[in-house]
Amino acid sequence: MTATSSEPLGREKRHSRFSLPNGGYRAILIVGGAIFAALVIWFLYSIVNQSRPAFSTLGFSWIIQKTWNPNLHKFGLLPFILGTVETTAIAMVLAVPIGLGSALALAYLVPQRAKVLLGTAVELLAAVPSVVYGLWGVIALAPLFREYVEPFSSSAFGWTGLFNGANSGVGLMLAGTILFVMVLPTMVAISRDVLAVVPKEQVEGAMALGATQWQVLRKVVLPEARAGLLGAFILATGRALGETVAVALVIGNSDYIAHSLKSPSATLASLIINNFGEASGTELAALFGAGLVLLVIGLTVNSIARALVRRAGGSGSVASVAVA
Amino acid sequence: MTEQLSRPAAPTSPMPPTIEDNVNLTTGEVFLDRSTGHPVMQLKDVGVAFGGRSAVRNVSFDVFDREITALIGPSGSGKTTLLRALNRMHDTVRSAKVTGKIMLGDTDVYSGSTDPTLLRSRVGMVFQRPNPFPTMSIYENAVAGLRFNGVRKKALLDEAAESALVAAALWDSVSDRLKSHASTLSGGEQQRLCIARALAVEPEVLLMDEPTSALDPIATKRIEELIGELKNRVTIIIVTHNMQQAMRVADRCAFLLMGEDRTGELIEFGSASKLFSEPDDPRTLDYVNGRFG
Repeated sequence: MTATSSEPLGREKRHSRFSLPNGGYRAILIVGGAIFAALVIWFLYSIVNQSRPAFSTLGFSWIIQKTWNPNLHKFGLLPFILGTVETTAIAMVLAVPIGLGSALALAYLVPQRAKVLLGTAVELLAAVPSVVYGLWGVIALAPLFREYVEPFSSSAFGWTGLFNGANSGVGLMLAGTILFVMVLPTMVAISRDVLAVVPKEQVEGAMALGATQWQVLRKVVLPEARAGLLGAFILATGRALGETVAVALVIGNSDYIAHSLKSPSATLASLIINNFGEASGTELAALFGAGLVLLVIGLTVNSIARALVRRAGGSGSVASVAVA
Repeated sequence: MTEQLSRPAAPTSPMPPTIEDNVNLTTGEVFLDRSTGHPVMQLKDVGVAFGGRSAVRNVSFDVFDREITALIGPSGSGKTTLLRALNRMHDTVRSAKVTGKIMLGDTDVYSGSTDPTLLRSRVGMVFQRPNPFPTMSIYENAVAGLRFNGVRKKALLDEAAESALVAAALWDSVSDRLKSHASTLSGGEQQRLCIARALAVEPEVLLMDEPTSALDPIATKRIEELIGELKNRVTIIIVTHNMQQAMRVADRCAFLLMGEDRTGELIEFGSASKLFSEPDDPRTLDYVNGRFG
């Protein structure tokens, strides 16, 4: 970074009166970097510091306890950890194949004019505020789920035991679906850009050996784009894990562990937003603790994904992860 | 233009070799014509247009078995465009339209019933810049084409990989590191790997699009020697900017030139020795003598 940014500044020196001496530009970099580092440290310190009372009065085991009941002084986070992981898993299971498929279609299949139109639509959807998705979920999707999707999945996949209970509309399934809809544009937009920069020479090299279009994608394009696609996955997962308002609107907000995909549940983020207003003392500390746990989950997903790519020999374009 | 071409004597008739066909004018070396004298590919009035704008047109010539045919001409004369029409690489460009007729043996290249993937396994291609698959090992690169074509048996793949790497003069330097990434090879080695990759599929014709333009002189020399050796194995059509290269490797040459309406046309086609010494068209003479382009 430092090496490349020195060049335009250096060139400017020749053309502009507003030139920076070398020391000046170094100072800008150092100050900028220092401010960023300080913010990160301050942020982490605050969260850890605010959550400390919870650890000192409850120990460490409260994080994985099952009961959240402030009146009984119980602040178990397990239902919310599970809710967070489950909704994100539902979202990503849907978003990875569908997002990748759409991105491949956008990059390689659709004609140029449709490409521009669809590409704009995707970017537009990525910019919609999450509360709008949440409202759409409540107004449009919840009735649909209650009347059709939930009864159908119970009758078709009831044998799995995942679809027991009443058809209420709101719950894990709807929250996961809303998250899927929300992360899809992110997934598609980044994947498409990553796929588009796979060198044409590689694609033609495979074609010239008699590869079918599917083989070109499967054996050349996807392996080459692996690192960048991982970047898309990490960003989308991060968004799903931390999404707050939209989830709070459609998940049903139950403090108990869900026993079915139709059950109402809650996530760490929805727990925080629903309780923050009236919380004080240990409960407030526990909510900060929930934030800390969410941070750790995000970091864990990130590291696992990176390790997977590295083990698969991902020499590819690590730069695209950085960009993403 | 095609009519002026004198076909090489059939191997059975012991005609005394004429200067024109059997002496390499640069080296003075006399060679025996090994070609069977059958056209492998025939181009009849071939043209390529992009979005209605013609890039090259009216090209007709025959490509003979186990010969090296060079496409020469200045930039913009449509050499590469023409070459890419031969294995339907223009299929990916929606606005591209190829007219005329291209025959590969009895196969009409642009007939609706011709499967382009099958065609490309019969007409291989080597590109300007070495383009081995960076995520694959040397071995995987060498057998990539066979795998695309459905070969699964390891013994077959191993055998084909060795044979192709030997043919591309790469086996000795890579046999102990077949599992390494292709990106660990030098530029010249990468290009030879790309040649091996193309040979492994055992194509009838190998198209080479300025295969040495991105290489240093030593690597270029080795690729040129390799092209000479490959002649026994496969028919080659090579695009080159480099007059000396065409003189060194080609049996026959097609000289293309951009006309007044900026469309490439075939000016002259004939044996390389004739084109470089006494071409029929004064423009060919000007070009081979380096007076333009």
